[in-house]
Amino acid sequence: MDRILEVNDLHVHYFSNRKTVLAINNLSLSMDRGRVLGLVGETGAGKTTLALSILNMIRAPQGKIVSGTIKFNSIDIFKMSKHELHDLRGKDISMIFQDPMTALNPVLTVGDQIAETVFKHEKVSKAEAWEKAEAMLETVGIPQVRAREYPHQFSGGMKQRVVIALALACNPKLLLADEPTTALDVTIQAQVLDLMRHLIKNHNTSVLFITHSLGLVAENCDEVATMYAGEIVEYGTIDQVYGNTFHPYTKGLFGSLPDYSEGSNRLKPIPGLMPDPTNLPKGCYFSPRCPYVMPVCKEEHPQDSIIDGHLVKCHLYRRNNDESKNR
Amino acid sequence: MLSQDIESPILQVSNLKKYFHVAKGILHAVDGISFNIERGKTLGMVGESGCGKSTTGRLLVRLHEADEGSIIYDGKEVTKANPREMLALRTKMQMIFQDPYSSINPRHTVSSIIGEPLKIYKKVKNSQEYESKVHSLMATVGLADRLYDAYPHELDGGRRQRIGIARALALEPQFIVCDEPVSALDVSIQAQILNLLMDLQEKFGLTYLFITHDLSVVKHISNDIIIMYLGQIVERSKTDELFAHPIHPYSQALLSAIPIPKLNARKERIILKSEVSSPINPKPGCRFAPRCNFAKPDCSERDPLLREIIPGRFVACHYAERFL
Repeated sequence: MDRILEVNDLHVHYFSNRKTVLAINNLSLSMDRGRVLGLVGETGAGKTTLALSILNMIRAPQGKIVSGTIKFNSIDIFKMSKHELHDLRGKDISMIFQDPMTALNPVLTVGDQIAETVFKHEKVSKAEAWEKAEAMLETVGIPQVRAREYPHQFSGGMKQRVVIALALACNPKLLLADEPTTALDVTIQAQVLDLMRHLIKNHNTSVLFITHSLGLVAENCDEVATMYAGEIVEYGTIDQVYGNTFHPYTKGLFGSLPDYSEGSNRLKPIPGLMPDPTNLPKGCYFSPRCPYVMPVCKEEHPQDSIIDGHLVKCHLYRRNNDESKNR
Repeated sequence: MLSQDIESPILQVSNLKKYFHVAKGILHAVDGISFNIERGKTLGMVGESGCGKSTTGRLLVRLHEADEGSIIYDGKEVTKANPREMLALRTKMQMIFQDPYSSINPRHTVSSIIGEPLKIYKKVKNSQEYESKVHSLMATVGLADRLYDAYPHELDGGRRQRIGIARALALEPQFIVCDEPVSALDVSIQAQILNLLMDLQEKFGLTYLFITHDLSVVKHISNDIIIMYLGQIVERSKTDELFAHPIHPYSQALLSAIPIPKLNARKERIILKSEVSSPINPKPGCRFAPRCNFAKPDCSERDPLLREIIPGRFVACHYAERFL
């Protein structure tokens, strides 16, 4: 299996009003070729920040990649030149942004927007790029005659399909899909994801599937990581995390779901709120809300424990042998 | 047998219609719907964008004027109420809005937003009574006392939604239209708010119309459900019966589209063809026919009526019996 992405000890901060937002805190993550990794978390967890970091799109003065490395196919993203990054984005790594209504340029036809990417990245003529754009539209179920139309002439579901066509036009190795169907109705979501699964499988694309929906992850992903306050608190295969959930936050997420196939009356929400990212609590960031909290949780930040490849960042799973010596 | 034992529904809606005149023609937002809600119960109204559910909610509290049809609340015809009668009705019928960011005034404090109805309807005699009532409402919805003078921008979506709920409760209503009250919230906050709404219903005997696109939420909170498509009701039944066995092809597709957060739950998913047709100048016949996997030629010719095909199950489909 090829290792396509490796994120190590990443720290990303945002700066505003003399306060510092600790958006990503010591995050490490890796992905292999052809795998679909679901990244689950609620608003403010840092998921979009992670995606933007992978594309090296965190901009000063508001944001800064403070430390850590990200390697794509063993190449250090942070050491790439502007020119190299331009080549990378849209071709090797592509992104589907959250809101299809605003992700497309309203003054260009959909055909032009896809052709633009193809022309930039592949050594073809403009006419050939346009043909490729038409072909991509057909692939996503949009008749190629509509290539000359503008985004406003399409419905939400079709716009999102255009965005997908755009993201896949140059056959990227890694696709960052940031809540690709959140803005869509559930029956259109089913259509769009069905299509995406098909395209991804054909090209063996690796996907980072960012979502807040545990249901979508179960149906579309091979692996899953839960994110909380800028950290990955649990990671494993779908079987591992859904079959034997470790982290109390992940358990809390499952407990909050009004699972429509069960009959219980009251839901079990996680009490309280996400911590203020400019003022994270001492020790474990989840400790103020955790039903299993112990004294050590409020003092020491938990390290990663890995059991059969299933990772969890929680004192409940800490082994007895002294891990601090291994750091 | 006392007459109180045979209670009529608190809300009776008959052949309700709302059309909007747009450049291209007439948009049939709500096209002849009828339903009842029993006192103390929750009716879930489910559908995707453009089905007319929000417009229906607004018609009930008369934020829109109906073009046709009747809305009878506790024996009173809402559509024909004069302004004075409407004022009285509004103390009984309230609304919670979808977006906790745009439905409360950002320039007012929490207490001012919650207390405004009390002032308008002169429900309190002096400032002590006002403060006491507002504090009590805040406690009911779980807003801390110290937030009395806070501004909405200082609070997260969940807390803002609680402000909206407290405001809706201020006049001690009997009936609340909940228009997607948790859609804009994170999953764990959704659960908190849903629990709150259910507790309030139990405590105050409230009746809800719960509008949502999220089937898993509606299953949890509703006794009965109606499914809407392009301004019409396509199915109506008790919640558990609908989930156990959806009849209308659209209901079947809707239920099958829900992603299940469980291992090995992958099932036969019904993928619908194409997109929702336009609600502007709709053609005769069944509005779902263009997307229906079971459509026959006559489906696009005759309008299907909502009919009770087995006791308690209402379906608008010429061939509903096939799906029993």
